[in-house]
Amino acid sequence: MTVLHIINKSPYERNSLDTCLRLARPDSAILLIEDGVYAVRAGSSASATLQQALEKHPVYALQPDLQARGVPTESLIDGIKVVDYDGFVELTTEYEKTQSWL
Amino acid sequence: MKFSIMVNEGPYTHQASDSAYHFTAAALKAGHEIVRVFFYHDGVNNGTRLSIPPQDDRNVCTRWSELGQQHELELILCVAAAQRRGLLDEDEAKRAGKNSDNIAPGFEISGLGQLIDAGIQADRLVVFGD
Amino acid sequence: MASKKFLYVNRKAPHGSIYALESLEVVLIGAAFEQEVTLAFIDDGVYQLLKNQDSSAIGSKNFSPTYRALGDYDVNQIYVERESLELRGLTKEDLMPLTWEDEDDDWAEKDSIHVVSSAELAEVIEQQDVLLNF
Repeated sequence: MTVLHIINKSPYERNSLDTCLRLARPDSAILLIEDGVYAVRAGSSASATLQQALEKHPVYALQPDLQARGVPTESLIDGIKVVDYDGFVELTTEYEKTQSWL
Repeated sequence: MKFSIMVNEGPYTHQASDSAYHFTAAALKAGHEIVRVFFYHDGVNNGTRLSIPPQDDRNVCTRWSELGQQHELELILCVAAAQRRGLLDEDEAKRAGKNSDNIAPGFEISGLGQLIDAGIQADRLVVFGD
Repeated sequence: MASKKFLYVNRKAPHGSIYALESLEVVLIGAAFEQEVTLAFIDDGVYQLLKNQDSSAIGSKNFSPTYRALGDYDVNQIYVERESLELRGLTKEDLMPLTWEDEDDDWAEKDSIHVVSSAELAEVIEQQDVLLNF
C-alpha cells in the first residue's frame, strides 16, 4: 500500500527527513508541513538530501506553512510542488495511508 | 472517503492542533466524512472550555468546539490522558470528588478503544503531533 | 468487523517525555480488538526496549517491565530497525528479551523481536493498513 510521508520538523533540528528517506519506498510521496518546510530552500545543506529524494519521490510543501515562515515559493528547489490544505487532503486520498514522522 | 484524525498536542505550544483543524475543515469542505477526531497525549488540552487567549489571537479550543457542533463531529478526549491532565466532564468530576468540570461543548471523554475503532472505521487515519 | 493491520511506529525515547508510555497504553488496549498488531521501533524509539531501566530515582512510572508482558497480549511482532541500533552503538543483546508462547507449536517460547534492515522495515510498513505514529 502506498504511503504519504508527512514531515513536520526542520531537518536542522530532527532527523525525521533522513529516517523517512531511509524507510520510504519508491511508490511513496513526501509532504513537508509546519517546520518541515524549512528543508525546501535551494542552496541549503538540506537541499542536497531533498534533491536525491526528488529522484525517487514526489515532494510537496504546504503553502500556508511556507508563507507563514517567509519561505518564498521562488526559493524552492526545482521539482517541489506546493499544495494548500485542499491539496493536502487530496494527497491523503491518493495515497493509501499516511505516516507522520513525529 | 472516511477520515479519522488524531491530535497529539495541546493548543498553542505546538502547531499540531492548528494543522489538524485546517486539515479537518478542508476535508469536510471537500465532502469527506470525519469518523472521529481523537485527542491524545497533551492533545486532550484542546478540550478545555477555560482557555482565554488574547483577543487578537485565534481561540483554538472554541474553534474545535464550533467545528464539532456545526458538523456533528465526534471530538473524543482519551479518558486516561484527560484524567492525568485534569480534563474532566461532569460525571468524572463528580466521581473524583472535584468541585468543577472543564470540558468544552462538543467534546466527549471516552476510552482508548475509540482510537482503535477510529482506525478500523476510517479509510484514512491522519496523525498530527510534535 | 473486518480485521486490519495496525502498526505502532515508536520513534521517541522513554522517560524524557510521555509518548512511549502512552503509546504502550494504546497497544495494550488495542490488543483486545483482534486486529493484527505490529510494533516498530525506530530512531530513539529503540531506547524503549533497553535492558536495566529503573526510573525509581526520578520518581516516574517504571513501565519498562510492561513490554515483557506484550507476548501475553498476543503482541509478538516487534520490529527494531538495525540502522537505528547501530547508530546508537547498540545490538540486540542490549535489549530486553521479549518472547511469546506459540500455542500452535506446543507452547514453544519464541522471540518477539526481529532486528531488521531499513529495507525490510519499509516492507513491513508497506503491508499495514493503519499507522499510529508516536
